[in-house]
Amino acid sequence: MKLTCRLRNETYQFRSIADVLAKASEEKSGDVMAGIGAASSLERMASKYVLSELQLKDIYENPVIPYEKDEVSRIIYEDVSAFIYKEIADWTVGELREYILSHSTNGNDLKRLSRGLTSEMISAVAKLMSSLDLVLASQKMKHQAHCNTTIGEPGRLAFRCQPNHPVDNPDGILASIKEGLSYGSGDAVIGINPNNESVASVAKILTMSHELIEKWKIPTQNCVLAHITTQMKALQQGAPVALMFQSLAGTQTANEDFGVSQKILDEGYELMRHKGTSAGLNFFYFETGQGSEVSLDAHSGVDMQTLEARTYGYAKHWKPFMVNNVSGFIGPETLFDGKQMIRCDLEDLFMGKLHNLPMGIAPTYTNHMQCDQNDQEIAGMLTTVAGANFYMGVPGGDDVMLSYQDTSYHDDASLREMLGLRPLAEFEKWLEKMGIMEDGRLTENAGDLSIFD
Amino acid sequence: MDIESIVKEVMKEMEGPTEEKTINRTAEREFVYHFEKMVTVEEPKNKDSIAHAQQGTPARIGIGRSGTRMKTKNYLDFRVDHAAAQDAVFKDVADSILDKMDLPILHSKASSMQEYLMNLDVGRKLNEESVKWLKENAPKGKQVQIIVSDGLSSTGVEDTIPDLLPSLVQGLEAKGLSMGKPVFIRKSRVWIQDEVASLVDCDVVVSLIGERPGLATSKSISAYLIYCPNENSVEADRTVFSNIHEGGVPPIEAGAYLSEVIEGMLHHKASGVKYAQLKNN
Repeated sequence: MKLTCRLRNETYQFRSIADVLAKASEEKSGDVMAGIGAASSLERMASKYVLSELQLKDIYENPVIPYEKDEVSRIIYEDVSAFIYKEIADWTVGELREYILSHSTNGNDLKRLSRGLTSEMISAVAKLMSSLDLVLASQKMKHQAHCNTTIGEPGRLAFRCQPNHPVDNPDGILASIKEGLSYGSGDAVIGINPNNESVASVAKILTMSHELIEKWKIPTQNCVLAHITTQMKALQQGAPVALMFQSLAGTQTANEDFGVSQKILDEGYELMRHKGTSAGLNFFYFETGQGSEVSLDAHSGVDMQTLEARTYGYAKHWKPFMVNNVSGFIGPETLFDGKQMIRCDLEDLFMGKLHNLPMGIAPTYTNHMQCDQNDQEIAGMLTTVAGANFYMGVPGGDDVMLSYQDTSYHDDASLREMLGLRPLAEFEKWLEKMGIMEDGRLTENAGDLSIFD
Repeated sequence: MDIESIVKEVMKEMEGPTEEKTINRTAEREFVYHFEKMVTVEEPKNKDSIAHAQQGTPARIGIGRSGTRMKTKNYLDFRVDHAAAQDAVFKDVADSILDKMDLPILHSKASSMQEYLMNLDVGRKLNEESVKWLKENAPKGKQVQIIVSDGLSSTGVEDTIPDLLPSLVQGLEAKGLSMGKPVFIRKSRVWIQDEVASLVDCDVVVSLIGERPGLATSKSISAYLIYCPNENSVEADRTVFSNIHEGGVPPIEAGAYLSEVIEGMLHHKASGVKYAQLKNN
């Protein structure tokens, strides 16, 4: 489909819907590197204008990556409700934006609408939205899921305790878990990224974290973020897994690079149903982020934001407990600076929620980006206002294994306190029992890991 | 104390601050930033156990809080480490260090640090002069070629390579393996090893490359190895060892280990996942 736009005495031409989507994105270095971003500010606006006038059926009928060629496209289309889609097929993307923002549209309306949208439509509407638009729309949507704890209840904000160690030293990991718990972090999951990916080593960390949870009767779930096939092997050998992790991307090629497919994810889910330790039935923890496809040279000419939306369309098929967005983890070739990182976090939170996903955000930066702690904290505050379900919790914000910065145990406590948000219900009771929290505020004991001696 | 000495004492006290004030106004003051791992939790239940826990991990634990925020010194420690990591990316490896290790300096196609960071492709190819230099000067047809790459950390090259490289070379020599002349390539990424391997016609090429710096260390080196790379090679054909630095896998130990691995790759004529499978059978 060829498209043309006349704007301020210039004529702009677009090869396809995918071309319009790419050029309508806010500026990001990954789209520039891929050679698909807008060449000028006015070209960006021309594509946004074209996008606002396109009907949802134009997007539906012109998939950015053909159905026949790509598993992600297939899952997205197969999961769309034909009935709901037909009701809205004639809407323009501009009208969709106004419907989402309207006072008369509430969270339940959006929950239903979501089932009639493809991921590309969700990406498209986000491209017409400003920061405030994205925050206000995100606030309307809050999605719950259950593993051992219930995540996503109104007024509650959860955290993953992320106690990584550069060589998986068990005592080192335990110490960081205790530190995190003493700040009230760990109700989303106690999740360890392993340095050693062997099945035996992963099983050892699973057992250790499971035993800690049992010993202190902590209402939460454990997870070791190895490759899904490694976790499955550990689980088959009897290791205690409450939540199963995997990184996902928005094209089949990128997922092949990650070593993951529909078949593997189906098997993982079934295995968790039979051998996992948790109640479920939300058994998955997925990580995503803008830029993974372009850095693997697997973007198929589609922009980073649309690919991220497609990742959500794929992820929701397995009803995850958590979807964590880690845009900012890769580097300046995909997101140049703090401004681009903050924009991604807002887009991704909105797009994830409009996919009915229990979304969390990890505002992150690497040391070769033009970004610092101030940018990260701004992203954290904005997405908390926008109603993210959870964040990470890293000791002092410094992940000593993965070499990047993420939200700290201190940030976790701060974000809760700032907006009067509470930990997940069961976990809050446990914190009170342990003398760490009282009436939603940390006590004098908080921050003292020796209370777990 | 008699009256006289009390008066003297009082006089001294009265003079004291005045004198100090004058000194502060005129004298230079030096502040020495110093980092020391300390338990800064206020009134902990067991300070010793926290101090002990801190010894088991480089993670920032046992640091206490002010409200829900970090204490001032801990916050500044974090920012100092971030600043050092940022500078490590933008700094070039000093020529003097490369001279000392007798490493010829080659260049990728990246003309600036900005271009290098923003465009992955330019760091994956040699510039024309470097191609010419390798064609004219590099020994050809050897079993092993070593490349040192700055990657994302020049500090890693400066601090870790002086121990790692001799240890690797010594290990290869002890096994009687033939080796081309090790080279340094400025602003280069891992995939540049494929081009070098084809130009020098070696069997195994190993890149010792500066890792993306973290706050805990900016000195870390990774080794990427591949056997006879060609246009059909995929990422899974590369073997990777990360975290080589004093606080991780010690460089001298790593050099000896890598020479063992290279010997194994030459024996099995494979690298990456294929090598791992053959080795275990």
